[in-house]
Amino acid sequence: MKIDKNTINKIARLSRIKIEDKESEDYIKDLNSILDWVEQLNEVNTDKVEPLSNISSSILPKREDVSKDVNSSDEILENAPDKLEGFFAVPKVVE
Amino acid sequence: MDNLIKGDKHYWEMVIGLEVHAQVKSNSKLFSSSSTKFGSSPNSQVSLVDAAMPGMLPVINKYCVEQAVKTGIGLNAKINNYSVFDRKNYFYADLPQGYQISQYKYPIVGEGKVTIDFKDGTSKDIRIVRLHLEQDAGKSLHDQNPSKTYVDLNRSGVALMEIVSEPDIRTPEEAGMYISKIRSILMYLDTCDGNMQEGSLRADVNISVRKPGEEYGTRCEIKNLNSIKFIKQAINYEAKRQIEILESGGTIEQNTMLFNTATGKTRPMRNKEEAHDYRYFPDPDLLPLKIPEDDIKLIQSSIPELPDDLKNKFIETFKLSNYDASVLTAEKQTSDYFNDAINSDPDLKNFPKIIVNWITSELFSLLNKNNLDLKNSPVSAKNLGQLVKLITSNEISGKIGKDVLEEMFTSRKSAREIVNEKGLKQVTDQGEIEKVIEKVISENSKMVQEYLGGKDKLLGFFVGQAMKETKGKANPKILNDILKSKLIKKN
Repeated sequence: MKIDKNTINKIARLSRIKIEDKESEDYIKDLNSILDWVEQLNEVNTDKVEPLSNISSSILPKREDVSKDVNSSDEILENAPDKLEGFFAVPKVVE
Repeated sequence: MDNLIKGDKHYWEMVIGLEVHAQVKSNSKLFSSSSTKFGSSPNSQVSLVDAAMPGMLPVINKYCVEQAVKTGIGLNAKINNYSVFDRKNYFYADLPQGYQISQYKYPIVGEGKVTIDFKDGTSKDIRIVRLHLEQDAGKSLHDQNPSKTYVDLNRSGVALMEIVSEPDIRTPEEAGMYISKIRSILMYLDTCDGNMQEGSLRADVNISVRKPGEEYGTRCEIKNLNSIKFIKQAINYEAKRQIEILESGGTIEQNTMLFNTATGKTRPMRNKEEAHDYRYFPDPDLLPLKIPEDDIKLIQSSIPELPDDLKNKFIETFKLSNYDASVLTAEKQTSDYFNDAINSDPDLKNFPKIIVNWITSELFSLLNKNNLDLKNSPVSAKNLGQLVKLITSNEISGKIGKDVLEEMFTSRKSAREIVNEKGLKQVTDQGEIEKVIEKVISENSKMVQEYLGGKDKLLGFFVGQAMKETKGKANPKILNDILKSKLIKKN
């Protein structure tokens, strides 16, 4: 797989990161070298190997279904740049 | 062939698949201990995990996992011993993490099926592709302020089961029946409260059209429908829209649509050029979910009687039709009510069909008219049983029975009390009815001549007159028999 300028722009948009045109050449080079390095893994035959989603062999810890009833609104909204009557207020999302 | 809809040029078939989102009925959220209570003040049930504060880690709710397994068993589906939680990445104001924890390649439940029953007695299986667990997002309010969107994170992190069907549905009615059946199964299992108004159960609809026998067409997805009525409306509108485009030579663009409940129309969502690319990958904060076979067996043993089992039992025990039995078992409260009514008197066992009719047509229409539910019905199952007993033992006629039921509904008195108080007992005394009929015949001699001359329809007139004389209390069968024999004798 090769990273080109279109891919860089797409990744940037999906990540909501602004990339200047002059920067994209650097990113193309960096990302391609990362991918080339990872490509080496293709030399290993993985035909009969199940994908691994976690290397830990421990068991997923679970909790009981007990709710903690605490009114969180003051604490949760403390850092909000804008709020109104207990709501976060954000720039209008048009849909 | 009646599944087809007619365009200007061709007949078309709809191909429909549903993604049902069912909120797990739990006390706390999927990965945090915040309460799931509906209708609390905004942002009052948000933990640091739900708000995605840095460093917070999700811990899975054991109960939610069990409810998903239970639901899978109720959908006749394969339970996967191994499943994985993935991150589905997208930016939205009500998604503080920037991703939703969901399941992608390895869902907790695999293929299953549900059966829907038609009025004509036939049934159809709708295949289920999968059920997976995921987090709900927060709620955005767009219409409160011209330049702001308000966000409430109370719902953020609540456990949802997404149930995905194969595109086996062919009509809006089937879609409605399918979601009703899913709702019924969830409510019997008690894994979801089924409340569509509060959004505990909502659906995304995938729909395309094709000429019969051809390949599937390009589909559009209509997002977030929260009533059966809207699902049907949206499907009808969207199918028509697609057919118009195709018949005028256009092509369908794969799109995500929104349904406007006020206008009944669908329209594409904006920012469609950023075709969704969710970049799923396994959530590194969560280990794979392993469910031992023994745990599944334990859950299996806790499964209550499901609507289809109960339906078959009703068909077998009471010889009810497939359709009657499915109406009766669609909601647990209805089947409970029927059971209570039929068991209230030993003689009623012989009249199951009559009891069904009194519940599903007479009582239901009264409840509907008064915006009530069977749970808060003013007429108890026992009292309805008593009413049916009065009718089947010929103490009152069915017609009077309807008036009595209405009276029971408003006064909350028992059927027998009302019948005694108002003297509604049916007249079955032959002699008394004969007297009335003789009076009617002698007062209408001209009509009698016409009747005897061949105007058979006039029989209804005589019945009506005689009924009027007895204030509706004459036993209709005896009345009819005597009337016919008298009119022939005159000849």
